[in-house]
Amino acid sequence: MGHETAIEIVNQGQAAAYIALIPLLPFLGFLANGMGWIILRDKWPRMLVNVIAVSVVFISFALSVMAFLDLKALEEGAYLFVEPFKWIEAGGVDAPIKLVFDRLSAVMCLVVTGVGGLIHLYSTGYMSHDKSFARYFAYLNLFTFAMMLLVMGGNIVIMFVGWEGVGLCSYLLIGFWYEDPEKASAGKKAFVVNRIGDFGFLVGIFTIFWLMGTMDFAAMRDWVIAHPEVMSGKTLLGVSVATIIGIALFVGATGKSAQIPLYVWLPDAMAGPTPVSALIHAATMVTAGVYMIGRLNFIYAYSPAALMVVAGVGVVTALFSATIGFTQTDIKKVLAYSTVSQLGYMFTAMGVAAYAAGIFHLTTHAFFKALLFLGSGSVIHGLSGEQDMTKMGGLSKLMKITCWSMFAGYFAIAGFPGLAGFVSKDEILWKAYSNSVHPAQFNQIVYLIGLVAAVCTAIYMTRLMMLTFFTPSRMDPEVEHHVHESPWTMTVPLIALAILSAVGGIFNWPHALGGGASFEHWLHPMWMEVNTTHEAHGHASHAMEYVLMGLSVGLAVGAMASVAFLYYKYREKTAVIAERLGVLYRASLNKYWVDEIYETLVINPIKSISYYFLFRLFDANVIDGAVNGLAGLTKGLGHAGGRMHTGKVQTYALYIAIGLLVILTFYLGTR
Amino acid sequence: MWIFTLKEGILSHVVLLPIVGALVIIFMPNARATAIRLVALITMLLGLVLGVWLWFAFDPATAQMQFQNPPVEWIAIAGVWIKYSLGLDGISLLLVELTLLLGPVVILSSWSAVTDKVKEYHVFLLLLQTGMLGAFTAIDLFLFYVFWELMLIPMYFLIGVWGGQRRIYAAIKFFLFTMAGSVLMLLAIIYLVYMTPGNSTFDLVLLTNNLSSNPLKPTVQFVCFAAFALAFAIKVPMFPFHTWLPDAHVEAPTAGSVILAGVLLKMGTYGFMRFAMPLFPYAAYEAVPIISILAIIGIIYGALVAMVQEDVKKLVAYSSVSHLGFVMLGLFALTQAGVQGSLIQMVNHGLSTGALFLLVGVVYERRHTRQISEFGGLSKVIPLYAVFFMLAVLSSVGLPGLNGFVGEFLILVGTYTAEAGQNVPLFAHPKIYAVLAATGVIFAACYLLWMFQRVMFGPVTKEANKKLKDLNAREVVYLTIIMVFVVWLGVYPSTFLSRSKKSVENFISVVERGRKITEERELGLASLSPAVPVEKEKHERDGQ
Amino acid sequence: MTQFTHIGLGHFLALSAILFALGMGGVLTRRNALSVFMSIELMLNSANLAFASFARYTFTMSGHVFVFMAMVVAACEVAVGLAILLSIYRSRATLSLDELDLLKW
Repeated sequence: MGHETAIEIVNQGQAAAYIALIPLLPFLGFLANGMGWIILRDKWPRMLVNVIAVSVVFISFALSVMAFLDLKALEEGAYLFVEPFKWIEAGGVDAPIKLVFDRLSAVMCLVVTGVGGLIHLYSTGYMSHDKSFARYFAYLNLFTFAMMLLVMGGNIVIMFVGWEGVGLCSYLLIGFWYEDPEKASAGKKAFVVNRIGDFGFLVGIFTIFWLMGTMDFAAMRDWVIAHPEVMSGKTLLGVSVATIIGIALFVGATGKSAQIPLYVWLPDAMAGPTPVSALIHAATMVTAGVYMIGRLNFIYAYSPAALMVVAGVGVVTALFSATIGFTQTDIKKVLAYSTVSQLGYMFTAMGVAAYAAGIFHLTTHAFFKALLFLGSGSVIHGLSGEQDMTKMGGLSKLMKITCWSMFAGYFAIAGFPGLAGFVSKDEILWKAYSNSVHPAQFNQIVYLIGLVAAVCTAIYMTRLMMLTFFTPSRMDPEVEHHVHESPWTMTVPLIALAILSAVGGIFNWPHALGGGASFEHWLHPMWMEVNTTHEAHGHASHAMEYVLMGLSVGLAVGAMASVAFLYYKYREKTAVIAERLGVLYRASLNKYWVDEIYETLVINPIKSISYYFLFRLFDANVIDGAVNGLAGLTKGLGHAGGRMHTGKVQTYALYIAIGLLVILTFYLGTR
Repeated sequence: MWIFTLKEGILSHVVLLPIVGALVIIFMPNARATAIRLVALITMLLGLVLGVWLWFAFDPATAQMQFQNPPVEWIAIAGVWIKYSLGLDGISLLLVELTLLLGPVVILSSWSAVTDKVKEYHVFLLLLQTGMLGAFTAIDLFLFYVFWELMLIPMYFLIGVWGGQRRIYAAIKFFLFTMAGSVLMLLAIIYLVYMTPGNSTFDLVLLTNNLSSNPLKPTVQFVCFAAFALAFAIKVPMFPFHTWLPDAHVEAPTAGSVILAGVLLKMGTYGFMRFAMPLFPYAAYEAVPIISILAIIGIIYGALVAMVQEDVKKLVAYSSVSHLGFVMLGLFALTQAGVQGSLIQMVNHGLSTGALFLLVGVVYERRHTRQISEFGGLSKVIPLYAVFFMLAVLSSVGLPGLNGFVGEFLILVGTYTAEAGQNVPLFAHPKIYAVLAATGVIFAACYLLWMFQRVMFGPVTKEANKKLKDLNAREVVYLTIIMVFVVWLGVYPSTFLSRSKKSVENFISVVERGRKITEERELGLASLSPAVPVEKEKHERDGQ
Repeated sequence: MTQFTHIGLGHFLALSAILFALGMGGVLTRRNALSVFMSIELMLNSANLAFASFARYTFTMSGHVFVFMAMVVAACEVAVGLAILLSIYRSRATLSLDELDLLKW
């Protein structure tokens, strides 16, 4: 899209007050359930909680659909907005509460409220035995509200409000069962690690404001269009401003979206209830970083360097965390590392400026990963809380709906031809290979790593499915006795998501396979072409696309088949393989000791320095030492002088007399 | 008589009302504890009512002093009259309102906590209130000094009589630190009024006008600024003058801590804003790197030391050092956003740290300990308390939607966009300041959430904690009052920002003008003023 | 020889100085608080005498005013001072200044 058309589409906002209800309704749900819980505690009726919590999200979904239809009727580039009131306004800083519903936020709104609604429904079943259900649903509604602020924010500060808001909810929900110190710790870890990212995000905001004098997305875009030379030419401390902004914001994204080096909180975040993992730590919140890069693509357009960092970090994360997924035995941990890996894919897409592919993968991932998490939740629910896959097996007969719906998710994530995951992931790999933003060598490396990661995905997901459902049962007889299929509130969302995971690909069926790529066309007006210095390297042909597609499909299906066969026939051999791999196996099992490394290199030194050096030595000895030293000196002088004070009145009188004489002598002597 | 009119007498009413209350209490028998508390509460509530009237009567469209009384001549020293004259502008308005709001809250908070010497306790609280309100509204430099010292004495007794184990040590430390600074300030005041030509008045408005159009010589400015700055920096407290604060907080009774953190510390930052910077503008500009660097050290240092504290109150005290670092940074950014943010942050800190101290006081009253290791799992036992505690912690962490964020955000934006001098070294670059200060948001999350986790989460391990009583109605009332403002400031800060806008604009232009004239006159640097290219850039931006 | 026949200002002042010196000597050397107290009175009266003489010499009234003032103050002082001495004696059973030395560093 050229600059001229971009200027035309500016300021096509249409006021539409009702879109404010999309975030507002979940917020009202939060207030109702929150106040109910605070005041009435357990007496706040469970039925009412469920109805309020679920219905507000579904109404929001309906409103999103309505807004989507309204938006569709408008021309390309138009958007709906509402600006209820001014928020922070001082000295040029102007950040009103402004919500925008454009093509990008439409996609996000539909995904968040749609998938979110299903997960709310699922939660009514999953949390039915918990005492604090009202608190749970209050948090969940609050999360939906914050997420809607994030995706609908019309300026970067509102986005940041949502960004921090979802972080808060994540903190509260991970530590939902706070009596367990480990879970409370995991929540705090998530918040603190996210804060490190937020630091970067803040620096990005400041630089944007300093440069452009605005924080409004539309105005920022206008500014960039009007000042291309500043964007590509201006430097700050020797670095191009676009790169500074891009990297700083990406630091924020690595925190929120769990990329290297700040991914460490996400696996721990599995301490929360499973629907929370599905909603927050798979489908919606963790994709915020991807959305943010999509939203600000017009800045990244001027910094291929920043895009290269995004793509590089993304693809390395994709492979890195996939290899950890091989060896984990906790079913949720496997899915968590899988999420990190899939997020890596999304960043790869954003980094090669295949924004639509990234957002589409975000969408399909929301379907299939939510499905997989909910399925695992259903398994955990059925097995009375057991999460260890080595103590499962043979569940395909006992939990049919869960098993077969999860299969759709499994096939989708593994990239089985035709399913949603296949369409989105293949598009990313293809764009990684064929884009003209980065040098060809870089593209080839990214593609290769991405392909290996895709195979890894197929392997660990097959392992997960086999261990859980198809291998002979290793369950505790006590547990096995109680295994049951979940209630309808839980299976209905599973089935709905399974259908979406299976057929979701049709939304963006690629041209190469005779589709219309309608998703890509829908989002196209949102993107700005990258201002790269490279020549486009040759025309990427359909033939090449077919070859690469065949390659990845072949590898993935091959991997799925062989691993399934291995676990079906020679399961005892897996231990031997692990033995042979030795240190590699242990490294993967221990997550490459990253947590331990952070602990020794960062956390402990900071604590020790703070305590021993700053608090004990500096505060108590240096500063107070100086002060006390001064006080001691004064005291010493006082003591010395105090010797003159014998307490005898006559000594004092003598002093007075002597003083008088001295004065008199002086007075008379100088005359 | 002006004293009977609302327009001119209101400030005197606000300031002197607590003294009237104190006089009433003095003549009450010590045994009637509840009656004494009621009188104190009613006095404070009346003050709050006057405060509400002030809020609505205040005209935000002007930067002039408002509600000024006709100056009453009080003492003449060497031909210069010290006058009783009070006034209010957008800067002091917010702080006066904060003081008036916290008044009834502290009385309520010590309703059942203080049972010993109830009469004296409330007399001191009321005297303190007068001292603070007077210091915020005094226009006469000497009158300000009188109120400044007047605050010191009741606080000294509040810590020394109703404090904890090491209360005497803490009280004396507090007294000596503050005195050391303020004596130098008195010298500087006297020098300014008597020894510099053309400035023989104690009237702040006149002095400010004089000195911004006819500034002192740079060397004189430096010396006087240093004397003022020392007094205020100790009060703020800025690193490295902060060590009195943790001791004073830990030993002070809850109400003392709340007032200390909520209002007294603001006296330091207010002093910078009202006196040190406008009176000695060139020195203030030259001091930007020093103050900013000390502020940043304070932000990070305070946060790191807070992280390793074992005592909740000490932790909150060190967090004050960190938060006040933000305030100082924003103030010396000398941009509209930075200074307004810093003013808002003063109020924020008063509310959120005040709330934290109140909450610590609540458990202290029940358990008689503040050691973090003595708690754990309290969320389960006292859920209502947990809700308020969470809110206070989040507001202190700076979560958007609550008050802390607005202030910190404006301060950081204001600092980041402050103009850099030409060819400044990297350590004196405002962007570096802002980036370093922003790391404070990470540490804030670390120490506050870690503390919250250790106190509120996990299993209930201590037997004594299992039967803790949740908040009672009185506690809910005063905490709710604070939380209402915490949310209000976070969601709709315009209410507060709009009232301080003009005064802050005026403040910045006064400092700017004074600096320029000093430079032109004394150093002949007019042509090198760095403000020019920035202005040009702004025009370009507006033009497109 | 007029200096010896005419009693002038100098004589009064000399007397005043002698009285003052005597009083001071008493204050510095007596052990009993009551004696010290009386010596102080002597010093006060020597000052009164000086005031009165100057008043007479200059034919103004201000000196007399001071004398009256000092006498009134002295009367009050005697009342308070003797009361204090009495209560000290009651509690300590002595008026020896050497033993009344609580007021020291």
